[in-house]
Amino acid sequence: MFIDTLLIGLSSGAIYSLMALALVLVWRSTRVINFAQSGQAVLSTYIGYEITLRTHNYWVSLPIAIIAGALLGSSIDLLFIRVLTKRVKSGPIAEIAPVIATLGLLGLIQSLIGLIWGNAFLQYPSPLSAKGFTFGTHTIPFSPQNSMIVLSSAAVLAVFGIIFKYTDLGLALRAASFQPEIAQLAGVRVARVRNIGWAFAGSAGAVAGAVITPTSTLSPNSLDLLFVSGFIAAVIGGLDSLIGAVVGGVVLGVGFSFILQYIGSSVTFLMGFIILMIVLLVRPRGIFGSKVGRHA
Amino acid sequence: MSEGLVVSNLSVDFGAVNAVHELSFHIRPGELVALIGANGAGKSTLIRALSGLITPSQGMASWNGVSLIGQKPEELARQGIVHISEGRAVIPELTVSENLALGGIWRRDKKDVEIAREQTLSIFPVLAARLGQRADSLSGGERQMLAIGRALISRPKLLFLDEPSLGLAPLIIEEIFKTIGALRTQFGLTVLLVEQNAMSALRIADRGLILNLGALVASGTSDELIADPQLRSAYLGI
Repeated sequence: MFIDTLLIGLSSGAIYSLMALALVLVWRSTRVINFAQSGQAVLSTYIGYEITLRTHNYWVSLPIAIIAGALLGSSIDLLFIRVLTKRVKSGPIAEIAPVIATLGLLGLIQSLIGLIWGNAFLQYPSPLSAKGFTFGTHTIPFSPQNSMIVLSSAAVLAVFGIIFKYTDLGLALRAASFQPEIAQLAGVRVARVRNIGWAFAGSAGAVAGAVITPTSTLSPNSLDLLFVSGFIAAVIGGLDSLIGAVVGGVVLGVGFSFILQYIGSSVTFLMGFIILMIVLLVRPRGIFGSKVGRHA
Repeated sequence: MSEGLVVSNLSVDFGAVNAVHELSFHIRPGELVALIGANGAGKSTLIRALSGLITPSQGMASWNGVSLIGQKPEELARQGIVHISEGRAVIPELTVSENLALGGIWRRDKKDVEIAREQTLSIFPVLAARLGQRADSLSGGERQMLAIGRALISRPKLLFLDEPSLGLAPLIIEEIFKTIGALRTQFGLTVLLVEQNAMSALRIADRGLILNLGALVASGTSDELIADPQLRSAYLGI
């Protein structure tokens, strides 16, 4: 029973990690909490859904959804965030304006989805069985679908990890997020690099949506709760740490799973906020967050 | 007259302090010029305007005939116009090696990046011993060396150095200044060196410009400036 609970927790934790990663990528590059993230992810998922319906092949739709997510993230930065940060440079709303814009965008994207696909709950056909693996007579609640969720999240995290640690692009991304001015003076095209951060975030969110949606239903708001968990996970992890996002996601997923198993479903979300409050009170910068804020 | 760095009639509005008013001067290719003045005289504002970080309200500036105004800092850096900002311009969260790599990240000629890196490490052997360490574990002098080293890897032609001596011990300051003088000869750099530490700067500079309240109040060869008794007491702090 303990192992079962742990495995289920890992599966949902993997998804939280992806969502947290998406939020961290945007936060690091632009210092904006992107509330539109769940909207972006759900729109990419609808696009994937549409492709799956037409091609009857989930594996064709997955990469297309990822690319759509990346393009969506990149365009939101180009069309809204960059314009806003350029126009509203100082004053009391300078920092909050882009965040409010992302809230507006969330509404915009979700109503757009409603117009195109309607607000009904759609069934996203699953590529893999949702029936748990059987060992002898014991069937565990962990299915091939769950393993796909864990593996694809791990793959995304590994790819980003390698890019960040070992490539020039990754170095530019890190430099631009830590010290944009110094990066600029060293020749890094900071605006472009930020845009790539938004694209990466969009694709991470798209993977999250594409792998989790077949386990439930698809609707314009279907990823909103995932956003909340992802956000809590990102804050637990420290908001600007990629490793923190992963650890935060897994901790939260496994935590929720055990609470659900041993205490009951009514308190799971409450526990999420309690964990969040404890982290914020005891260690406001999160488990892996950097000590100093960003300079100029 | 368009060879080198030409600044004419340049003004930056920046509130009451730190502004600069209608500055004009010329630095020939290969010259090392010290820009001297008290805190708040507008020295940093001037080079921030020249390197594209802030937009001047009027006037022009060009390097070998190409206007610097309206260009982004990253584009200027890619043309060899490199600004090493005040207070050890390194990225503390990155390792020494990564900070150095940043200087060559945009360069196509990766072979020359490697050569420049080797040269840099032989000029600053202390960095070679610390490649894997985070930059925030370095001492102030080492960080300044790292900032200069990163600039060297981008093969600069025109260098804006903002207060390299800030907060360093006197012995380290001498060492840094000696290195700047040597690098300038070795690589044929044109250098605008902003300093409060007037004497150390003038000792390695060909000429000096003295800035007060955003305006040029004197200029001349280093020897002339050092010899002028009025300037000595008013601006050079001796």
